[in-house]
Amino acid sequence: MSKPTTVVFHYPTDKTEMPEGPYAIAGVLVETNAGWRSVRPIIADDKCVQCDKCWLICPDGAIDRIEKSYTVDYDFCKGCGLCACECPTKAIRMIGEGEAE
Amino acid sequence: MSSEAAPERRFISGNEAVAWGVRLCRPQVIAAYPITPQTTAVEKLAEFIEKHELECEYVNVESEHSAMAAVMGAAMLGCRTFTASSSQGLLYMCEMLHYVSGSRFPIVMMNANRTVAAPWNIYGDHRDSMAMRDAGWIQLYVENVQEALDMMIQAYKMAEHPQVQTPVMVCLDGFVLTHTYEVISIPTQQEVDGWLPPYSPSENVLDLNAPKSLCISVSPEWQTEFRFQQQEAMEAAKAIIPIVDTEFAACFGRGHGGLIEEYRCDDAEYVLVAMGSVVGTSRLVVDQLRDEGLKVGLVKVRFFRPFPKQEFAALAARVKGVGVIDREVSFGYEGALYTEVKAALVSGAGNPVTINFVAGLSGRDITKENIATMYRKVIASAGGETEPEMQFAGLRWEPW
Amino acid sequence: MVKLHDLPEQELLYGHKACPGCAATIIARLILKVTGERTFLAYPASCLSTVTSIYPQMAFSVPSFTSPFAATGAVLSGMAAAVKAKKMQNVTVLGIAGDGGTADIGLQSLSGAVERGHKILYVCYDNEAYMNTGIQRSSLTPFGAATTTSPAVGCAGSIGEKKFKKNLFEIMMAHRIAYCATANPAYLPDFLNKVEKAKNTDGPSFLHVFAPCPTGWGFPSDQTLAIGRLAVETGLWFLAEYENGKARLTMMPRQFKPVQAYLGGQKRFKHLTEQEWAIIAAQRDREWAEMKDKWGRPSKNQVKG
Repeated sequence: MSKPTTVVFHYPTDKTEMPEGPYAIAGVLVETNAGWRSVRPIIADDKCVQCDKCWLICPDGAIDRIEKSYTVDYDFCKGCGLCACECPTKAIRMIGEGEAE
Repeated sequence: MSSEAAPERRFISGNEAVAWGVRLCRPQVIAAYPITPQTTAVEKLAEFIEKHELECEYVNVESEHSAMAAVMGAAMLGCRTFTASSSQGLLYMCEMLHYVSGSRFPIVMMNANRTVAAPWNIYGDHRDSMAMRDAGWIQLYVENVQEALDMMIQAYKMAEHPQVQTPVMVCLDGFVLTHTYEVISIPTQQEVDGWLPPYSPSENVLDLNAPKSLCISVSPEWQTEFRFQQQEAMEAAKAIIPIVDTEFAACFGRGHGGLIEEYRCDDAEYVLVAMGSVVGTSRLVVDQLRDEGLKVGLVKVRFFRPFPKQEFAALAARVKGVGVIDREVSFGYEGALYTEVKAALVSGAGNPVTINFVAGLSGRDITKENIATMYRKVIASAGGETEPEMQFAGLRWEPW
Repeated sequence: MVKLHDLPEQELLYGHKACPGCAATIIARLILKVTGERTFLAYPASCLSTVTSIYPQMAFSVPSFTSPFAATGAVLSGMAAAVKAKKMQNVTVLGIAGDGGTADIGLQSLSGAVERGHKILYVCYDNEAYMNTGIQRSSLTPFGAATTTSPAVGCAGSIGEKKFKKNLFEIMMAHRIAYCATANPAYLPDFLNKVEKAKNTDGPSFLHVFAPCPTGWGFPSDQTLAIGRLAVETGLWFLAEYENGKARLTMMPRQFKPVQAYLGGQKRFKHLTEQEWAIIAAQRDREWAEMKDKWGRPSKNQVKG
């Protein structure tokens, strides 16, 4: 698994289920960040030159690179627009949340 | 074989005894910043390490706050650690004391009890460690050099106990114990290895194979439960501490008692309560007054945290008068030990008179005459005479 | 040399709650792609700790620890000592702290850690104020920047921060540190090559990384890297490196853009007039003249524009 996904977290229901100290398992996500967005990125594959820039610079790592094709993980994209701004071929545009592609 | 392999008996100072006790426990990382009167303890450890008599990383940190942070960094990677401080240094690391106890790392430290400026003074009293009583550390006060060495070894056992996982502060009176020489018995490395196994951390550790985030932020919804755990661990320690001492005695041939030790209290009507080196002096006074026919006894508080509440509640029904010697005072109220003893007495049956004697501040001697006077005042008060509840044991313009 | 395209897919920082467009998380995420899973990470109270580790949502996937604010350097020292005591191999002890936790309250422990020579990689992401607590001034807040504790209130002489940034790079050089560098996420190859050098340094290394903050500096969240570029193009952020006892600039614009090209796009500077622009430009020229004088001009291929 190359990145964590959300899980249903089991909160302690008894003192015996508490961790032995204020620690928590790394890479555990209980909620997404999708609700932060007011705009979201759409990648136009025909304009993409696979430069990797969007994948590299996303602060949230929300662009998945799978064998030179790029998809947005909309669970964790916050709609900051950096990918659209930095794409050298303008292959990414930002549209309003709720707008059809 | 090194030239300083542990012989059976040595004539050494309290600080050197601490160094020997720690050496025998095989810490892996020590980080310390020098402050009088702790210095000779960490100097001795540095020497042991440099001579390869102790295999350990020694980190010469640039402040006490960093000393505790550095040993915490090592503890979270699963190392047994040690640090030491005193006075200003202990207070400088105050934030870190809370951090370590809240993180549940079983760090052991020695505190050389010394007053806190201002005014400047490098001599012994309990102001420093008393100021840290709420920091969540197990706090114990030793009476003599042998106990100092032995309790360093016991400290690791109790700190690392799975039901405790709480850091331990071993307190030695500055100069009076740290720099005083006594002939003591040092266990062999083999004996200690057999009694104290290598540190085996809980899940609360940085582990590449099972990544975790440590010392995380916790919201109001959950912080209380973590704090509850800390309190539970301290309560569990109350039962574990005497067991550790019993097991120590079985292995090394001597023990030092539980949370308290009673001296000639079985039929005592008047007792003094004290911590640290003054206990040794007080025993002599008890014997002397007993020869005069007075039914006096002494309660040595060994552990201030967890506080021996049940022991004092039980004592309340047995005695007519209790005097408490405090080597500090919480300005605006009383000596801190007195406040806590009094509250514990109240929770028991019986209603002894109580007097707080603030004595031995900033290195002033507590003499046998002072202690005898304290007993006489407790007796007088129990007999109906008026005695101020809180008294400084002899001001220069109002000598006792 | 780091090949950007060969960086691993694995996301060791994911699902965090940082502001959209946050440079600190670009920096942290990419550093972890270089250091990998075998990283022990410490970060002090800061934006980074707050957005990654509130129970039970843990955005880091490496073993990590929230260190006390003043103590990151000391905690890293203890971790490095433990790595040595346990004879662990092939592991990075990494600290990522903000400007406050590095240059102000954390400076002493950083200095101690570097002076003692522990094998640690310390990264300061510089968003030029105490952002986590609401944009208060730090010793790395630049001249003319409005913060909540160095506000620009509209009266004469109220220009925001009245001092110039402390030079952390030269402070680290003064320790004769094994390796240190300044970097900028808008210049990815330069930045990540420096991360790799730092990681492979046998001793302490320090990276001072520019971290534009949309929330605190007042610019749209998609402009983070554009602002980063302008800082370098106007000469207000220099890219340099110190290794083997010598410092050198790793990039130099052939000609600086006017400072207002950088200042104009950020709300925190909007109160400045030509008078302050001139002061800022003069200081920039002074500092660059000194750097070129001390360290020499960079090689031809590092002069851009």
